[in-house]
Amino acid sequence: MSGIRFTPSRRAVLGGAAAAATMAGLPRFAIGSPPRIKVGFMLPYSGTYAKLGNNITDAFMLRMAELGDTLGGAEVEFVRVDDESAPPKAVDNITELVLKEEVDVVVGTVHSGVVQAMAPIVREEGTLTIVPNAGANRITRELCAPNLFRTSFSSWQANYPCGDVVLKDGHKKVVLISWNYAAGKEMLGGFTESFTAGGGEIVKEILLDFPNDEFQAYLTDIAALQPDAVYAFFSGGGALKFIKDYAAAGLHGQIPLYGPGFLTEGVLGGVGDAAEGIKTTLHYSVALDNPLNLKFREAFQSATGRESDVFAVQGYDTATLLAKGLEAVQGDISAKRDLYAAMEAAEIESPRGTFRMSKAHNPIQDIYLREVRNGQDHILGVAAEDVEDPATGCSL
Amino acid sequence: MDYTYYLIQAMNGIQYGFLLFLVASGLTLVFGIMGIVNLAHGAFYMVGAYLAYWLAGATGNFFLGVAVGVPIGVVLGLVIERLGFVHLYHRDHLLQVLFTFGMILVIGELITILWGDDVHGVSVPAMLAGSVALTDTQAYPVYRLFISAACIATAGGLLALIRYTRLGMMIRASASNREMVELMGVDVNRLNMAVFGLGVGLAAFAGMIAAPVNSVHPTMGDDILIMSFVVVVVGGVGSIQGAFWGAMLIGLADTFGAVFLPEAAGVVVYALMALVLVWRPSGLFAAR
Repeated sequence: MSGIRFTPSRRAVLGGAAAAATMAGLPRFAIGSPPRIKVGFMLPYSGTYAKLGNNITDAFMLRMAELGDTLGGAEVEFVRVDDESAPPKAVDNITELVLKEEVDVVVGTVHSGVVQAMAPIVREEGTLTIVPNAGANRITRELCAPNLFRTSFSSWQANYPCGDVVLKDGHKKVVLISWNYAAGKEMLGGFTESFTAGGGEIVKEILLDFPNDEFQAYLTDIAALQPDAVYAFFSGGGALKFIKDYAAAGLHGQIPLYGPGFLTEGVLGGVGDAAEGIKTTLHYSVALDNPLNLKFREAFQSATGRESDVFAVQGYDTATLLAKGLEAVQGDISAKRDLYAAMEAAEIESPRGTFRMSKAHNPIQDIYLREVRNGQDHILGVAAEDVEDPATGCSL
Repeated sequence: MDYTYYLIQAMNGIQYGFLLFLVASGLTLVFGIMGIVNLAHGAFYMVGAYLAYWLAGATGNFFLGVAVGVPIGVVLGLVIERLGFVHLYHRDHLLQVLFTFGMILVIGELITILWGDDVHGVSVPAMLAGSVALTDTQAYPVYRLFISAACIATAGGLLALIRYTRLGMMIRASASNREMVELMGVDVNRLNMAVFGLGVGLAAFAGMIAAPVNSVHPTMGDDILIMSFVVVVVGGVGSIQGAFWGAMLIGLADTFGAVFLPEAAGVVVYALMALVLVWRPSGLFAAR
């Protein structure tokens, strides 16, 4: 696609920075020519989350192509930095984008630890930043800022509705299991909040060191405890292995398994029958039967040759949100107040269904109840409509 | 929770120990006999798992996949030994660490190119799928019993090889005094090749039979590598017997640590290693 410049190495970045420095004396754009903006992707392009970073980027580009490769009339230049989902490198990477590359907009990232290192810097510098995945609650709570938006979800949001779901299914005693890290605890916390408020009891909370995936001892524990249900959060490789081990330990079909949707995203091809009947809640499902979702899935498939997923949807919506904002200011990124006001007021038509932004800049969205049937995601209904994160500690 | 619960947890620990032994035995051989710090051992484990994923899919039969995959793994190991490790035998450990660390990156990247970053699963062969009921509520996966059986058979074969064959004699001698073995006229070059091939074969075999209970992904080798080093250090460098008892100890400690001290589950194994090293600085069954 035209207009994209990738930044594969530090040297190229430095070269770019040097070139930018020599041009610093020139006016931003000459009268009569269209405005230009520079968008920096800070996403994982290697490691465990590489697929997520690529799906977000490709879906963003797909939306760009639909918009004629401009945002509100502005021509767009892209830079991308591989953040490797490594929190220790996060400060260096975001500094590179914001200070050396001087991007106007940051799109990033996937990993909750990385995003929490990014947030203070973009708050300080005032660079418009849109988070296309990382669910860390704090981003739209204590760390919320006028220039910080999120198009995905908060960890709380994806889990809170599931407490009522489990209670309605008649389960009172639940064992929780996840990795012992921020995202895991936030996910379980959201569920626990509504589940215990409704009269449910947490029999035991099992937290494994990240990314340990030897579950056998804990599964023996669960079988001995005989809870009514198990609520689990794992993702990627850990989720695949957990679902398989759960079935191999004879628990599948005996003790129902629930979780946030990430438990079954992207692993259904690898687990076979072991995932049948797992119920999850999430703000999206590939099975959603609305025209935009069908169109999006087809377009993503033909553009990339890969199946789309929730991460691709979030990348797509990130471009839509940015376009809505820039259309209101005719592509002038420096009109920050009007730009942010337009983004706050925007109605985003998304493959997940139309949503809008909360005051804290997190989507107010429906959370769907999904079930795995015949190796496919099925929608049982809407678990909760217009779910809004409580945004505790945000003063926007 | 009655005693059967602890009995089943002990089974879990022993089963995990067997798997650790399979990986660690190859590591301790290469480390103890050839004097090579092989950080790439976990990568060979991962190659094994990917070979199982690929071959089981291509042939439609898991066991056929393993039968074809192990020789491929060994040949791969021998090629790498001839091209790379052969230059490192008399170099210091830092160069070996650098080279084998480089191997991790190269193998990881090749695997990403060949199979992508996705997480893959290998299905348990149909005849071993399912579980046996141990009590009313507890069931044990048949495939995990099979892993234990395969590991016992391999361990037995390995011990017999080391104790009763001429090759085993040379390996033991080489582990305790390499220069002397060279002076006695043993072709150490060929011995090294055999040991390295054996080591890689064991790692690849472990990766293959572990594939159905593990998820197959590009960082799976790193996790097992650290545990294998712990086992080797606890058991004593270069000792197969040490690797066996070390693996059992670590497997049980890991499992019961998770049961009794869930908050400190990650620490138990390393605390145990520290204790063993204070008590016996060269491990439980030091070869030299």
